[in-house]
Amino acid sequence: MGKKEILSAIKENKPPALPLPELAFQPIDHDQLFMLFQKSLAKAGGATIVIDSFKEAKEVITNIFPEVNHVVGHLKELSTIDLNTVKDPHQLASVVLAIFKGALAVAENGAVWVHENEIIHRAAPFISTHLILLISRSQIIADMHQAYKMIQGVDYGYGVFISGPSKTADIEQSLVIGAHGPKSLTVLISSND
Amino acid sequence: MAHPSEAEKFIRDEARVDWHDGALWHVRQKRDAAANQLPEWEKLREKAAQIKSHTMGNLDFYLEKFEKKAIENGIKVHWASDAIAHNEIVLKLLKKKGIQKIVKSKSMLTEECHLNPYLENNNIEVIDSDLGERIVQLAKEPPSHIVLPAIHKKRMEIDTLFQKHLNTEPSNGDEVYLTTAARHHLREKFLKAEAAMTGVNFAIAETGEFVICTNEGNADMGAHLAPFHIASMGIEKVVPRLEDLGVFIRLLARSATGQDSTTYTSHFRKPRADAELHIILVDNGRTVQLGRENYRSSLHCIRCGACMNTCPVYRRSGGHSYQSVVPGPIGSILSPGIDMKKHASLPFASSLCGSCTDVCPVKIDIHQQLYRWRQELTQGSITEPAKKTAIKIAGYLFISPFLFKFAGKIGCWFLKVFPRWIIYNRLNIWGKQRELPKPPSQSFQEWYQLNRRKNGKKGNS
Repeated sequence: MGKKEILSAIKENKPPALPLPELAFQPIDHDQLFMLFQKSLAKAGGATIVIDSFKEAKEVITNIFPEVNHVVGHLKELSTIDLNTVKDPHQLASVVLAIFKGALAVAENGAVWVHENEIIHRAAPFISTHLILLISRSQIIADMHQAYKMIQGVDYGYGVFISGPSKTADIEQSLVIGAHGPKSLTVLISSND
Repeated sequence: MAHPSEAEKFIRDEARVDWHDGALWHVRQKRDAAANQLPEWEKLREKAAQIKSHTMGNLDFYLEKFEKKAIENGIKVHWASDAIAHNEIVLKLLKKKGIQKIVKSKSMLTEECHLNPYLENNNIEVIDSDLGERIVQLAKEPPSHIVLPAIHKKRMEIDTLFQKHLNTEPSNGDEVYLTTAARHHLREKFLKAEAAMTGVNFAIAETGEFVICTNEGNADMGAHLAPFHIASMGIEKVVPRLEDLGVFIRLLARSATGQDSTTYTSHFRKPRADAELHIILVDNGRTVQLGRENYRSSLHCIRCGACMNTCPVYRRSGGHSYQSVVPGPIGSILSPGIDMKKHASLPFASSLCGSCTDVCPVKIDIHQQLYRWRQELTQGSITEPAKKTAIKIAGYLFISPFLFKFAGKIGCWFLKVFPRWIIYNRLNIWGKQRELPKPPSQSFQEWYQLNRRKNGKKGNS
């Protein structure tokens, strides 16, 4: 119906084909990536905590969020519900803290790639009041070119780059952290995992 | 209802114009700071332009590839030739499921199709979930900027608006209080929505997925809770490969607001296990624009808004003065293609300074296209008769050295002899907000003849 008309209109009107360019960008120096990631994330309103290993995560998180009652995610010891048992994402409306493991981290913008398999419910990292992401230092790569190289060929139904807490500046350009998604993002970077 | 008459209303409040101007220029400066941090910035722009040019030359191929992959992924794909077809598809899908409440994240395409009033007339509640869009929705206004929809609104106005519609207490425009109120209000809508509609920033032909970029997380809050998700997309939004996203994602937020990236860059490849995912590919004049050699690169636009933030005319006249869904420089080259008569004044709402072309992440030659539109519109006799006559007279003057000299002499004499109230009369449109230059003691020609004779050499100053 619409498809035939649209495609034939395109065939009639399209310009001569030009080649697709090759994309060869020089990545940033590796030593700088760790510092750059933290700097970029801070710029975006996120916090970073460096830990020796993920074994420390539970203690560190309990220090930041001492009185939290609804927790979901990666750390079974801290979770109050197992996401695998949740049938309907609406049930997550009262979750205060979500903790997930990132698959990679991008230095140029402080983004962490989170795969659907990790979060189980796509709403989970958004509906929670606060979000914590766990990454290893070795997962930090330079930029989005590298990021897309790394996820090339990976099968996913959904994935998201998260770079900071949710925010808006729609009221006279004044920045407010915490729009519809989490009000805070803390990334725990493990040096040795 | 042309740009000049609409802008005239806006500029009456000079303080407000200064505030609007400053706010947008500030965003431009943030863009500059971000761009300057990347030594490869110009290379990124060039690659982006090339990817888009290549895509337009193979648009049918990529759209078919995208459709095939998307369907394999479980996404239902629809095609709409125009706005009405798009709206009808949406309505049909919603009615089939008995859906009456939807949330919608920012989509300029659905604005273009005037979807909201259409659905509302069919008893479907549409809540715009982006804070800026919700503000203008409550105020019953169109957005004035494609990225910052409520940039024209002052905090006290929003405070009053929220008192009326969200039952907030007067807060002196406290942005934290007001945003929190909006968070609670919209959270309820997200949780109760029966369907979510979103736009599409990029659709990847290689993998059959699409990407949505937001700071607020509203697109995701809508799409991941409702059992039904409809994404609306202009056909020009398709890009060939996943790796091409590297270029566009690096350019988009930096150009729009100076951020390194939006908070969320969400990739939708398959529907949720318990939900349906539909995408509507919309033409609505894009294939016609594709055939216009002079203007086809306007289809490269990734809707960043950088051209609006830098444009001196947009900054000082506001988005509503353009009376088009997409305002500003890019709107002024897109809209005449859709309705030449209605938007005839837009290519003239420009000083042709070229700043828009400088900041465009995909290197659209916006100011050149503005100029070409002017020629087309003037030849097609759609410009103001006064302007046409003035240009015609100027033409006679510039062709004849005698007439030119004579006119210059008369003009100077007039400025020297006549009192101010005669010179700055109603016909003197130029002089309405400007001082005319002081008449010189001699014209350049006279001075040159004199000095040329003095020095005896040609071309010396």
